[in-house]
Amino acid sequence: MKSAVITFPGSNCDRDMHVALSKFGFKNKMVWHNDNELPKSDLVVLPGGFSYGDYLRCGSMASKSKIMQSVINFAKSGGLVMGICNGFQILVESGLVPGILLRNKYLEFICKNVFVKIDNKDNPYFKNLDKEVFELHVAHNEGNYFCTNDQLKEIEDNNQIAIYYCNDNGKTEEKFNPNGSLNNIAGIFNKEKNVLGMMPHPERMIDESLSGEDGSIFFKNLLNNIK
Amino acid sequence: MKVSAIITLKKDVLDPQGKVIQQTLDGMGFKDVNEVRQGKYFEIDVKENDPKKAQKIVEDMCNKLLANLVIENYKIIEIQ
Repeated sequence: MKSAVITFPGSNCDRDMHVALSKFGFKNKMVWHNDNELPKSDLVVLPGGFSYGDYLRCGSMASKSKIMQSVINFAKSGGLVMGICNGFQILVESGLVPGILLRNKYLEFICKNVFVKIDNKDNPYFKNLDKEVFELHVAHNEGNYFCTNDQLKEIEDNNQIAIYYCNDNGKTEEKFNPNGSLNNIAGIFNKEKNVLGMMPHPERMIDESLSGEDGSIFFKNLLNNIK
Repeated sequence: MKVSAIITLKKDVLDPQGKVIQQTLDGMGFKDVNEVRQGKYFEIDVKENDPKKAQKIVEDMCNKLLANLVIENYKIIEIQ
């Protein structure tokens, strides 16, 4: 299976993502933001980091970069596009998923492990997973998901909420939400469920001795789903 | 022409930075503040001498990049 990770100026999780994808069997290519064409891929990843120094609004500049037109076309034709952290911010700014990520409610940069609960497995990312609660790492300043009431109704009606912040038992409450996001949302899909944006970093949880293995479970399952 | 635009958060959107600024002002002795909302200001010099056309160009920029209309409003405040 082939994947592509886009590197924007200021991306800093692009190589971690490359390591993770390669470890679980993807043939990954790194793609520069100024390229016009995507290589043939089964999965495109917009990585975390601080593209364009977070100028104007996080992800806003990167969402207008050259390669994004190809990424948007790829997504519109049903291709799998995953945005992690800053990649999620780029996805919302490019209009591929609804809403926006605001500054964290308590104005702190958050860097810690959190638990997230998978709500909906009827999609290529989470299908066949045999667990619901994952421990993943977050590191962000703008992860406070927000959308209009109309958008919220729409994403709820279409089952577009991918993951919620929760505790280790899968209980979703505001006290387990690190950034004040609307309804404890940590990640969402587009309507067709081929585009996933989420704040937590699965690529940071792929080594038992360094972190945890919940990211490994996610990537192995994703590869099997795409095969 | 120089076109000035301000971008402000919509009414229902939480502005944690504005809140902290208000708290700090309060600590400094400015006790009569109901609310502080933080926004952005742009001054854009466009190669266009017709004020109406210049305004249109900057409005287009606001719609497409400078503002995110999910959370923000924009207003052209000066054309000179």
